[in-house]
Amino acid sequence: MHRIFRSSAIAAVAAAALLTTGCSAGSGGDSGPVELSYWAWAPNLEQVVEIWNEQNPDIQVTVNKQDGGDPAITKLLTAIKAGSGAPDMIQAEYQKIATLVGSDALADLSDQGAGDLEDVFSEGDWDQVTLGGDAIYAIPQDTAPMMFFYRADILDSLGLTAPTTWEEYAELARAVHTANPDQLLGTFSANDAGWFTGLAQQADAEWWGIDGEAWTVGVDEEPTQKVAEYWGGLVEEGVIGNQPMYTPEWNAGLNDGSQVGWLSAVWAPGVLSGNAPDTAGLWEAAPMPQWDADEPATGNWGGSTTAVTTQSEHPEEAMEFITWLNTDPEAVTALADVSGVYPAAQEAAAEALTTAPEFFSNQTDFYDVVAEVAETANPFTYGPNVNVAYSAYNDEFAKAADAKTQAAFIEAVTQMQKITIDDLKSAGFTVKE
Amino acid sequence: MSRSALEAPSSDPTIAASASAPAPTPTSRSLLGRPKASPLSTTILILGAVYCLFPVLWVVMAASKDGGELFSTFTLAPSGNFFNNIVELSQYRGGLYWRWMLNTALYAGVGALASTWVSAIAGYVLAKFTFPGKSTVFTVLLMGVLVPGVILAIPQYFLMAQIGLTNTYWSVLLPQIISPYGIYLSRIYAAGSVPTEVIEAARTEGAREFSIFNRVALPMMGPGLVTIFLFQFVAIWNNFMLPYIMLGDDKLFPITVGLSGLLNQGASVPSMYTLVIMGALLSIIPLIAMFLLLQRFWKVDLAAGAVKA
Repeated sequence: MHRIFRSSAIAAVAAAALLTTGCSAGSGGDSGPVELSYWAWAPNLEQVVEIWNEQNPDIQVTVNKQDGGDPAITKLLTAIKAGSGAPDMIQAEYQKIATLVGSDALADLSDQGAGDLEDVFSEGDWDQVTLGGDAIYAIPQDTAPMMFFYRADILDSLGLTAPTTWEEYAELARAVHTANPDQLLGTFSANDAGWFTGLAQQADAEWWGIDGEAWTVGVDEEPTQKVAEYWGGLVEEGVIGNQPMYTPEWNAGLNDGSQVGWLSAVWAPGVLSGNAPDTAGLWEAAPMPQWDADEPATGNWGGSTTAVTTQSEHPEEAMEFITWLNTDPEAVTALADVSGVYPAAQEAAAEALTTAPEFFSNQTDFYDVVAEVAETANPFTYGPNVNVAYSAYNDEFAKAADAKTQAAFIEAVTQMQKITIDDLKSAGFTVKE
Repeated sequence: MSRSALEAPSSDPTIAASASAPAPTPTSRSLLGRPKASPLSTTILILGAVYCLFPVLWVVMAASKDGGELFSTFTLAPSGNFFNNIVELSQYRGGLYWRWMLNTALYAGVGALASTWVSAIAGYVLAKFTFPGKSTVFTVLLMGVLVPGVILAIPQYFLMAQIGLTNTYWSVLLPQIISPYGIYLSRIYAAGSVPTEVIEAARTEGAREFSIFNRVALPMMGPGLVTIFLFQFVAIWNNFMLPYIMLGDDKLFPITVGLSGLLNQGASVPSMYTLVIMGALLSIIPLIAMFLLLQRFWKVDLAAGAVKA
């Protein structure tokens, strides 16, 4: 019996030893290279990082792939609260920065000379990583100006052209739906708050703002009301769908041509080629329909930054790496080619992206259109409770899309405003109304 | 296979019940004694089997399609990309999927073994010893059964962070070793299958308590422990929340967390539906194999419970 016990004890110790060696990959000690961990979700990013690791034996970066967007941020916030477990660097979307700063999760990079990078990026992108102050909380990685993607073959066969204004878009939606009741020019997606935010941004909305020491919330104001009224009208008319995007039905619609257009962002080719590979060469991209054709504008849907966390023990090395990743021509080219994002570093991106994505091989000037559109992005400030505003969008607009009335869409905007303000106040922020 | 088993109850209803779904089995059990099955209950059982097996069929069919076919062809029509999908899944980031499979096997295998042993000894002590505070301990345990593991994940994360164990194998293994339900079951099995006389006899012979447990009680509780092992194995295999919160390094992920990452790549990247479906299909194979292997013990155990409970 003693023997049995002893052998099982030995097995347990052996297992423990195995486990410990298996997971001892922490940050490096005094000797050897500095090891940095990087939570990110951009596809194939580890291949871009591989280039860095080969050139910089002293600073080795490990990419830990995370669930995209919200989940990685939630995990990071949990680790920050717990006091350990956060990575050195994280891929954070623009709209998450204020939230992360509010939880003291991001290191200020202005001490590391990040200010020198200001000219590399567009003013709009840079504003979002500084939150309009002196501190610099992240370096822009990719940007995602919104554009209009449409099935050129279907519009051609109907003798129709891409719209340049929202008025034309509405007429086109009616024409497409009348010609074939199974076809819709697009859908109003109550699931994608980022999409609607982009549309509001295009209309010059300012959802959050800073007034002295107080936050202001401007969801329920003219620009957003205008956008909601417009889409509510089209949905009530039945010429635009009311089902969310990214559902199996929506994917099927992309394949069989019942979704004729998609208001999306520069990354759309990747999604289209993944979900509807057989429609390659049938789509074309155009700038967004405009509210005022004389002053073209667009919004962003997506886009992200690289930030250094407050738990990092090597902020200098981390800064060195993310500067390389987001500004070095070789890295930016790799970001565009391998990872498939539209890099935020303007000049390097223009040089890297010359040939259209394979899915859009029919449109050789694809990236010229993108570059032209990218310059027109409206400035937009995100507040510290974007998650609350977004989930309010999901809840309220789901009801509105279900009700299919214009009035319900306008009411949803009012509710979003109320929920966002209430949450800011209950979180202890000063809100100016 | 399960469907035919249900149609002809005499063959063996417990196989079907345990392999296809964790549904309670009293209906099929009661048929054992009666050779003539009523058409009504047979119909109900067939409907139940179809209900349980349809999603599995869906997964098998969907696993044979490529990205375009998935959304454009008839749901139950198979296609020829089955092996392509396996190859693609195996090639994803240098075979990371198989690493996840091994991780899952480690979490579930080691975790369930350790949990079973801890449950066995705790249940045995609760059933066969009297000590002050015993009923309090048992009441607390019973309350523990009612607390879903999911809501403990965040507090457990904070505890693990304090001792610096987050993002390690330990952070997923340790919290799953204690299973109140397992201890509760084990107490019942120990009370029912280990006669106090045997323990007293062993004591008279001069055996020490620990060896009485290991050499006398443990073998007698064997069939019950297989049940606890299976419960824990399946629970850990399918667990999502705990590893999801604990782990940041994707090389430590179990399959559940890994597959979720393939689906949630952010709005700008297409979900890898075909890989996820194939991955889900492959991930249930070890579970099915486990049930088939341990079925014999499982049956014995159900019978034991029926007589002694």
